[in-house]
Amino acid sequence: MLGDSVIIASALAYMGALFGIAYYGDQRADVGRSIIANPYIYTLSLAIYCTAWTFYGSVGLAATSGVDYLPVYLGPTLMAILLWFVLRRIVRIAKVHRITTIADFVASRYGKSGLLAGMVTVIVVFGILPYISIQLKAIATSFSLLRQYPMVTMATASAQQPFWTDTTFFVALVLIVFAILFGTRHIDNTERHEGMVAAVAFESLFKLVAFVLVGVVVTFVTFDGPADLFKQAATQPELAALMRFDVVPGGYGGWLSLTFLSMMAFLFLPRQFQVLVIENVDETHIRKAIWLFPLYLFAINLFVLPIALGGRLVFDQGSVDADMYVLALPMAEQMPSLALLAFLGGLSAAISMILFETVTLSTMVCNDVVMPILLRANPPWLASRSDLSGLLLSIRRVGIAALILLGYLYFRFIGESYALVTSGLISFAAAAQFAPPILIGLYWKRANRLGALVGLSGGFLVWAYTLLLPAMARSGWIATGFVEHGPFGLELLKPYALFGLSEMDPYMHAVFWSMLVNISGLVFGSILGRPDAIEQVQGSQFVNVFERERHDGDSLLWRGMVETTDLYELLARFLGPQRASDAFDRYARDYHNYPLQADSRLIHYTERLLAGAIGAASARVMISSIVMGEVLSIEEVMTILDESTQVIEYSRRLEQQSRELEAASVELREANNRLRKLDQLKDEFISTVTHELRTPLTSIRAFSEILLTNPDMDVEQRTQFLGIIVKESERLTRLINQVLDMAKIDSGQIEWYTEDIDLRALIEDAVAATSQLFRDKAVTLHQELGHQPVTIRGDHDRLTQVVINLLSNAVKFCPEQTGEIIIRLRPTLTHWRLEVNDNGPGIAHDQHKLVFEKFHQVSDSHSGKPKGTGLGLPISQKIVEHHRGRIWVESEPGQGAVFIVELPMVEPPDPV
Amino acid sequence: MANKILVVDDEPNIVLSLEFLMKHAGFQVRTASDGEAALTAIAAEPPDLVLLDVMMPRKNGYEVCQAIRANPDWKAIRIIMLTAKGREVEREKGLALGADDYITKPFSTQEVVERVRELLTGTD
Repeated sequence: MLGDSVIIASALAYMGALFGIAYYGDQRADVGRSIIANPYIYTLSLAIYCTAWTFYGSVGLAATSGVDYLPVYLGPTLMAILLWFVLRRIVRIAKVHRITTIADFVASRYGKSGLLAGMVTVIVVFGILPYISIQLKAIATSFSLLRQYPMVTMATASAQQPFWTDTTFFVALVLIVFAILFGTRHIDNTERHEGMVAAVAFESLFKLVAFVLVGVVVTFVTFDGPADLFKQAATQPELAALMRFDVVPGGYGGWLSLTFLSMMAFLFLPRQFQVLVIENVDETHIRKAIWLFPLYLFAINLFVLPIALGGRLVFDQGSVDADMYVLALPMAEQMPSLALLAFLGGLSAAISMILFETVTLSTMVCNDVVMPILLRANPPWLASRSDLSGLLLSIRRVGIAALILLGYLYFRFIGESYALVTSGLISFAAAAQFAPPILIGLYWKRANRLGALVGLSGGFLVWAYTLLLPAMARSGWIATGFVEHGPFGLELLKPYALFGLSEMDPYMHAVFWSMLVNISGLVFGSILGRPDAIEQVQGSQFVNVFERERHDGDSLLWRGMVETTDLYELLARFLGPQRASDAFDRYARDYHNYPLQADSRLIHYTERLLAGAIGAASARVMISSIVMGEVLSIEEVMTILDESTQVIEYSRRLEQQSRELEAASVELREANNRLRKLDQLKDEFISTVTHELRTPLTSIRAFSEILLTNPDMDVEQRTQFLGIIVKESERLTRLINQVLDMAKIDSGQIEWYTEDIDLRALIEDAVAATSQLFRDKAVTLHQELGHQPVTIRGDHDRLTQVVINLLSNAVKFCPEQTGEIIIRLRPTLTHWRLEVNDNGPGIAHDQHKLVFEKFHQVSDSHSGKPKGTGLGLPISQKIVEHHRGRIWVESEPGQGAVFIVELPMVEPPDPV
Repeated sequence: MANKILVVDDEPNIVLSLEFLMKHAGFQVRTASDGEAALTAIAAEPPDLVLLDVMMPRKNGYEVCQAIRANPDWKAIRIIMLTAKGREVEREKGLALGADDYITKPFSTQEVVERVRELLTGTD
């Protein structure tokens, strides 16, 4: 049931799903909604550390050497503790300088040295091939094992077949396509590979689940729980030995060196550097990863020993490669789905490693080896091309293909005779060579290019001599004589026992010598060498990255002249015209414009962008090829730097002060605005009141003067005019009273007389008081007030004022003769509800709230309605609100209006 | 022939008083109680002078003033703004919009009549 087609189809489906995740991640990133910007995804992406080596190799190692597999995980756990100090610094530097790879980082630190970048790249390529090869090997071996299902037999070694029938070769081809699709969609590397990180995070989860499931099944299904498993193992002396700590070759020294190697590898393997540093979205994520990542390691290691012991107990010695126990045990259990899951888990672990490693490495090869050589040689076909971004992508794609194929070759010709872990450790030791230049370079300002060059090349040579050459010898590519007796019979130079140091295991031996050479090379080289200006600047910037947030330093170095268009063309060549013009637009936006003659800031800006595409060293070379002008001397630069350090200190204090001042002035401005607004409100109020007071006054004065100057007026007209004067005087009085009321209520100076009152009697009084108005307009009033007294607590006079106001408003807007008003009092659950319903013109919806605003009048001058003061309803509202009640209007235009007042039945006690 | 005057105000009593005053002074008077009614009346038969209140529903006095000045046919119409808002800015705004004179309420009846006469004799 597990035919080739099923296995291949599920592997392809799995890879398709990964691609989907990555595609989705990229899309989200493009619209600015990162799916990886959280510490859990970050931590999971770090688990790219756990490759097929972990998935298959740990068990293999545990099955032969017991707890020896542990240091590889102990190292990163220890390193995690240091991450907050070391990694945060590196991340900050990488962001400030737009670092793209580890080679770029080393080169940038040591004066943007192209030579160093190239050297790091070469070391990485050599160092990482064994590592890639073991991933290929793991995929191929697991595949050929799984396809035998339900048989559990190891296939023949692939080196004995021609490559066109070799599964590993086809695996390599598929991976090439996959990695190219994944990793080379963009050119500007400082744009992170968000999609890839998302896919890797998913894979980390997947391989953990797969591995733990296998572990659980082996422990609880194949055996009867851990107690049973360990008891059975303890009966066999050789297995019992695996559970003790003295089996490690090289003893505790071996442990120490392995732990050290894996600490360094965790930080400095190119893919680790990529996910830890380049893909880091937020420095604070590191804080969570510090404890979460060790937890992941613990979880994935929990079942290593049970599976290893289980495999030894189930299979005859040698019948199944211990590296494949994780897969073989579910197969032996006749659990095809679990076996498939285990296969996919291992595939997943291998793919994420190959993917990230080759994409990163191809960037390095392109930026730090191929492009510098091409640009230096500058062949005619290159010089004539104005857009090189496509070329860069092609180089990277070829690089990916070449790296995977080289990994395949290593596997075929060297690696197959090795266990997974052995090859992996060779790679670890290579990555450890970057530790001195990076770590020392982070803290020791004087470390310079010469030191780094000497140290790195020395360390690399020792590594190659003590680890790589013996590995080749063992695979039969070089005579083994020099391993056993030293080259030319010189015993002192035996690769595994340099200068007679024979008591150590090969790794500790190699680590010891290579680190010794590397560190002393760095130290002595730095002391002897004289750094140039740019080295000094970069060194000082790296070491002081937290103190000097404004990295003005290296822009100081450009003092020459260049046309802005030249800079643009340079950028467009490598990034493509679209991205280049976007970048310049961004610059123009941030700094308001760009100068025609580029200044140092614009040059520096371009350099950093370029560095994102082709690395710091090449970027520097390209820029200096077009910037004409003098180069500053060391003395000048150092003077500027020293001064600027002081200036920075001053300006930091100034900034602090001006921030405080700014905050204070913002507060003042807000207070001022509030005052101005209040003032404006008051102004409007006064202006409106003035207008309202003057209007009746105008009529009074005009008619008084008319009467005075026209004594011979007929009686009828005289009476009419006098009537107007009286009416307008009343209006004026009312208005003055209401303005005073309003002012008192607003300022809280009004006195309230709260007592038990009969609401029903109060309404009847108010009706009596307004009866003249009803008679005048012949408006009918219907009262539905019930027959019982309604006792509430409140201010009698004020509430009477409210009812009178509502009644007189209602009359005012009722038609003469046909006007009808209903006044209704009824209880709700909690309130007494008073409704005054008229059959006037009604009120439009948008006016329902406005009628309660001061001086707002719903008057229609055409119909000649008498005007109110515009204060009646606002005052009523204040009064009702004081009684903890509510007043509002319900009305449809043309259908009359209902004003409703609700007053609480039981007055709650006054708040004091 | 008697000059024609249009009185525009949304306060019926003020309209009544002005109407009385102007008739008494020998003018021909029509009235309107809001801005739009005023413009309709002007379009029907352009008066010689408009007594124009500022705070009115449906087009205030400023808008009416602007509308009159925007029409070249009505160039000859004199405009006196009447307002109960006592601030100096109101006055300036009215004059800037093309009013010929500006009277604050409450006004002296004698003064209103005099100013109207002044403006009308100035043109004849």
